Amino acid sequence: MQNKIFDAENCVRTFGHGKKIVTAVDDVTFDIKDGEIVSLVGGSSCGKSVLAKMMLGLHKPTSGNFLYKGKPITDHKAHWREVQSVFQDPFSCFNQFFTIRSQLKAAFGIYKEKPSNAEMEERVDESLMAVNVKPSEIEGKYPFELSGGQMQRMLLARIFVLRPQVLIADEPTSMVDACVRANILDYLMKLKKELHMTIVFITHDIGLAYYVSDRLFIMHKGKIVEQGSPEEVTTKPKSEHTVQLLEDIPDVNREWIKKK
Amino acid sequence: MSAIFEVENLSLHYLTRFGNKVHAVNDVSFTMEQGEILGIAGESGCGKSTLVNGLMGLFIPPLHPTSGNVRVGGESLMNRSPKDIRQNVLSRKVSMIPQGAFNALNPVRKVKDIAADVMAAHMKDMDRKHIYERLKERFDLFGMETEKVLNAYPIQLTAGERQRSVIGISTLLNPQMVIADEPTSALDVTTQKVVIKLIFDLLEKGIFSTMIFITHELPLLRHVADNIAIMYAGQIVEKGTAEQVVFDPRHPYTKALMGAMLSADEGQKSRKPTAIEGAPPNLANPISGCRFAERCPSVKPDCKNKEQVIRIVGDRQVRCEYAE
Repeated sequence: MQNKIFDAENCVRTFGHGKKIVTAVDDVTFDIKDGEIVSLVGGSSCGKSVLAKMMLGLHKPTSGNFLYKGKPITDHKAHWREVQSVFQDPFSCFNQFFTIRSQLKAAFGIYKEKPSNAEMEERVDESLMAVNVKPSEIEGKYPFELSGGQMQRMLLARIFVLRPQVLIADEPTSMVDACVRANILDYLMKLKKELHMTIVFITHDIGLAYYVSDRLFIMHKGKIVEQGSPEEVTTKPKSEHTVQLLEDIPDVNREWIKKK
Repeated sequence: MSAIFEVENLSLHYLTRFGNKVHAVNDVSFTMEQGEILGIAGESGCGKSTLVNGLMGLFIPPLHPTSGNVRVGGESLMNRSPKDIRQNVLSRKVSMIPQGAFNALNPVRKVKDIAADVMAAHMKDMDRKHIYERLKERFDLFGMETEKVLNAYPIQLTAGERQRSVIGISTLLNPQMVIADEPTSALDVTTQKVVIKLIFDLLEKGIFSTMIFITHELPLLRHVADNIAIMYAGQIVEKGTAEQVVFDPRHPYTKALMGAMLSADEGQKSRKPTAIEGAPPNLANPISGCRFAERCPSVKPDCKNKEQVIRIVGDRQVRCEYAE
């Protein structure tokens, strides 16, 4: 029997109060099992990022239960030793005033006891090699000196450094071009294979989700409207929102918008 | 039909503070006819956005023209001051739809004021009241709640509304030529479709007719553009009709780009998207030979020494000696 990593039961998250109340996540029930790659797919403002932040313990549900390994998330530092994330914009994730290498090393601060300096250096080198960047390439460099694709790889290198059990990837490929996207997907697959990670992949591109995931959740206006295996969801979509998402991808072989 | 937009051997460079030149755009030539939509695709950092600045004739240091010429309706845009360009060319002849809609709008002004300023700057004899009326007429075409959008601050709008407002402002003065620099790459697929529909609507209504559409999504270009030019390291490596480039690529780089595409169609899961190994050459150093030689899967021994030139292969332009 596989262990449940995340278990959400009638989760609701609202912002504001009174007349201006906004329900970001609306009565969501799901579970994510150990070693799975799950994709959350939906258009913008459908609540997928709020759900991601809930998984990181940054938001608490307004009502309902949200459990990590059977317990609610209380100790953030302990939680982040096991659950880490990759965000959309790598430039806003790194401090401009420190070199990248020193920031990768600083990631060890999450541990109760830091490994020795030599070991930290070695692990940083290893993880840089894992994302195909020679350590000498970023020696003494600051975040703004690298391109978007390289920075996104630095974020992934940080995951290789920390080796968490769960990775929340919040639109890691929406800022980069198609070549770099294929690259980053390769590294995510590598992470999964080498570290046996559970990955929650958040995206608005159902094509991407189809390619990486074991299970798909389709979200719309805070609700999960459909879930199932990628084959099921893409070939026999039940919800109109899934059909919409599938139709809106520009594909070379299909009619998309009629030009007048 | 006569060519409305001509680019001849355009080369652009950035001057760094150490006196080095970075040749971001090299030897780009194309002509466009009235009503044509040209798509330009390429990976990040290949000089797409630099080319846009060059095409508008807007040379703000550190960007400088090296050589070449750009003509709109016969009028040259080279060697003119930024002030002259802003007053006489932008918005009327050539207009640009910028990349990030949020960065393009002043956060402390209402959308209607931003738009009215554009009109007021070019039509000095019009009073504010008339301008607002004209604005309302134009924004009514966009399928949004006109009153709400015009009276909102940029932060109160959704990403799609913001992008549509920016397109509206860019095309207010019915420009001859629109250059759209990645207008949809920050949007989700549903909003992207809405924005593209709006662009098609405006084309149909004759607000503007000629467009350059820049993006890195080749499947999107297939639906939007008539002709596609693929850029790599500052050069156009292949140019042909949309069908030719997408379904029958000839240049090795175009082939590699198509291999990196994803699709949600049935039975595609086994077909892995392949990344192109390596990185594009550093344009600050002088380059001899083919620029793609380092990463080319079908590289020949003399590729690294021989400069490649555009030649015609099967009705399209290809910058590769060995393409069939």
